[in-house]
Amino acid sequence: MYRYDEFDEQIVRERVAQFGGQVARRLSGELLEDEFKPLRLQNGVYLQMHSYMLRIAIPYGQLSPRQMRQLARIARDFDKGYGHFTTRQNIQFHWIALKDVPEVLGLLADVEMHAIQTSGNCIRNTTSDHFAGAAQDEIKDPRPWCEIIRQWSTFHPEFAFLPRKFKIAVTAAETDRAAIRVHDIGLHMRQRGDTVGFEVHVGGGQGRTPVIASLVNEFVPEDRLLDYLEAIMRVYNLHGRRDNKYKARVKILVTELGEEEFTRQVEAEFASQKPHEKIDLPREEIDRIHAYFARPDFPARPEVSDTFEAAKASDAGFARWVKNNLHPHVTPGYTSVTISLKPVGGTTGDATAAQMETVADLAETYGFGDVRVTHTQNLILPHVALDDLPAIYAALVAAGIATPNEGLITDMIVCPGLDFCTLANARSIPVGQAVQQVFADPDYQEDIGRLHLNISGCINACGHHHIGHIGILGVDKKGEEFYQISFGGRADEKAAIGDITGPGLKSEQVPSALKRVIDTYRNLRTSKDEIFIDTLTRLGHDPFKEALYAAD
Amino acid sequence: MPLIKHGAESDDPWDYVEDEAELSDGGYFTVRLSRFLAEAPTLADRNTRVGVRLASDDDVEELVPYLQHIQLIEIDFPKYTDGRGYSQAQLLRRRYGYTGELRAVGHVLRDQIFYMNRSGIDAYDTVRADLPSVLEALKEFSEVYQPGAGGQVPVFRKRHGS
Repeated sequence: MYRYDEFDEQIVRERVAQFGGQVARRLSGELLEDEFKPLRLQNGVYLQMHSYMLRIAIPYGQLSPRQMRQLARIARDFDKGYGHFTTRQNIQFHWIALKDVPEVLGLLADVEMHAIQTSGNCIRNTTSDHFAGAAQDEIKDPRPWCEIIRQWSTFHPEFAFLPRKFKIAVTAAETDRAAIRVHDIGLHMRQRGDTVGFEVHVGGGQGRTPVIASLVNEFVPEDRLLDYLEAIMRVYNLHGRRDNKYKARVKILVTELGEEEFTRQVEAEFASQKPHEKIDLPREEIDRIHAYFARPDFPARPEVSDTFEAAKASDAGFARWVKNNLHPHVTPGYTSVTISLKPVGGTTGDATAAQMETVADLAETYGFGDVRVTHTQNLILPHVALDDLPAIYAALVAAGIATPNEGLITDMIVCPGLDFCTLANARSIPVGQAVQQVFADPDYQEDIGRLHLNISGCINACGHHHIGHIGILGVDKKGEEFYQISFGGRADEKAAIGDITGPGLKSEQVPSALKRVIDTYRNLRTSKDEIFIDTLTRLGHDPFKEALYAAD
Repeated sequence: MPLIKHGAESDDPWDYVEDEAELSDGGYFTVRLSRFLAEAPTLADRNTRVGVRLASDDDVEELVPYLQHIQLIEIDFPKYTDGRGYSQAQLLRRRYGYTGELRAVGHVLRDQIFYMNRSGIDAYDTVRADLPSVLEALKEFSEVYQPGAGGQVPVFRKRHGS
C-alpha cells in the first residue's frame, strides 16, 4: 500500500497544527461558530446528537495492521471502546470530546492517517472496489489512481469551497462494487490498445434527489485524467447552484443544464486549458505511486487445499461461512475473505477495539498486511491462502465477527438514524435489527440468496435506501415514524433508483411485510439461481407490492 | 480597512464606486464589471484609474480584452464559503495572464488566505485578520500537491528533482 514520504508527512503534520490553531481561535471567540463550522467539518468534526463525532479518512478503504491497531487505541482511549465503519469506507467515532480532537489527529498522523476533507463542501475521500488488487475481473488495480486523486484533491486551492460536498469513486472491474454511478464522479478504468483510461460518469448521487450519473466521456487517457477532473470541477465550482443547499450537488447542475450541455461545457473548459495549466503529472510520479501497489509475492499454493477441504467436511459452521464470505482471488490457492460487521441484532458497521485488533493480527499473520473497508460496512482480508482459512475462522469466531451473511438479506446498510443523528426523522438501527430477526435463520437467509436491503432514517439517504434491491426509508408523519418501502434499486453496473411502493408502514409492520415479499419471491422464482432482483425485473413490482400490503 | 499585500500593510488609494454614483476626475476607482464594460470606451480617455470589482457570478472572460490596461481587479467574496472567486482568480492569472493586482474583498478571513494566495490573489482587504496572522496563514503549509497561480512547486515535481 501507499506509504507517506517526507512531503506527505509534512502536510499532514502541518494540518494538525493548523487545526489546533483553529480550535484555539474558536475557543477564544476570535472565530464565530458559523465561521468555525466549515473549518471543523473539513477536518471531519461534526456535532451530533450526544457529542462531537470525528470522521477519519481511510483512503479507498485500505488499512494496514498498524493503522487498524491505532484506530483500536483511539476507540479505547477516546471513545466508548468501538468505532463505526461507514459507507464511504471511512471510520467514525461518535463519542469524541472536541478538546481531544487535536491529540487524536496527532495519533493518526503517527500512522499516516488524517481526517482531512472527510466532511464539508469539498472533495471527499476517494472510494474504490474493496477487492482492488485481488479481484479476478479487474483490468488493472485502481488504487494507484485513487491515491493520485487523493493527493491532487488534498487542499486543492480552487475547490475547497464548492457549492456542496463532492464524492469520487473508481472501479476497474466490469462488476461495479464501488457504486460509481451514484457518485458525483464515477470513474471506470478501461483499456484501449496499450492505453489505460477512464470512462467518466458525472452527476450521480442519492440524497433527496437520487440520480444515476451521466456518461460524460467514454475514454479519458490516464495521463489526462487530472486535467479532465479539473475541468469538471471548475464548471461545477463556477456554475453549481449556491442558492439552495438541496439543489447544490453537481447532479442538479447536470440535470438542469442537461447531459449534453453539461458535457459541452466540460469539454470546452478542458479544450481551453493552456499547456502551462495542464497538471502534466510526470511519468516517474505515476510509476512511483504504482510501485507501492505492486501485488505481494504470493508463495505458490495448490489450487485445492486439503486442509481447507477437510475443515469444510468436518465443521458445518465453517462450511457455511466459507460458502458465503469468500470471493475469488486472482491467484490460485488464495481467496478474499469478508468479515461481516452485521451480526443479527448488532449495529451495522460497528467494531470494538478488540475486534479491530483481531483483524489487525489476522492481516499481519495471514493477510499480507492488508485490510479493506467496504462501502457496505464490512471488512475484508483481500489476500489469504485457502490453507489458512480454518485458523482465521477460529479467530473470528472467538472475536464474535464470523457472521456468515455476506451479500445476504441480513447484510444490510443501515444509517445511524435517530438514535445518533440530528438530521434523522426516524430510527434505523432498531428497524434493521427487527428485520434481521425475521430472517435470522441461516438456512432461510441462504435460501433467499443475494439481496441488498438498505435502510435510511431520513431522505438524506445515508443508508443507501435508493439503491437497495429493497429500500426502507424512515419518515416522520406528525410525530410518528413510518417506513416507506422501495423495490428495484441497485448500486452495480446496472445502477437504478428504487421505486416507492406506496404508503409507509409502521415500524412494527415492516418485518412481517418484508417476509411476505420474500416468500412471494421464493414462490415465483424460476430456480434458486434467479436472485430477488432478477425475479423482480422479470415479473415487475406488482406481485411484490401486493404481498407487501396484504393484511397481516 | 487594512489592506495587506506583498507581505505588508499597504496604503490604499482605491475606492469602490457604486453603479449610481458619478466617477470624479482624477483618482483610483473600481466599478462593477457591467459598468466597466459599458463605459470602457470613455474611461480610457480620462485622467482616472479604473479597476473592476468582480461579483461571484461574473464571467471573467468578458474582461480579457482589457486585462493589459487594468491595474486592479477585486474579487468579491460575499460569504467566505462561496468559492467561485478561486476559479475566477485562477482563470485570470493562469489562463489569461493577468499580472496586475488581484485583491480579495468581502468576507475575507485568515483561513482562506492560503488558498487565495495559491489561486493568484496577492492582496487581501480584510478587517478580520491582522498582518501577523495573514503572514502566518500564508506559510501554513510548506508543501502543496497541485500547481497553482501562486507559483509553489508541487510535490510531484519536487519528488523528481525539479
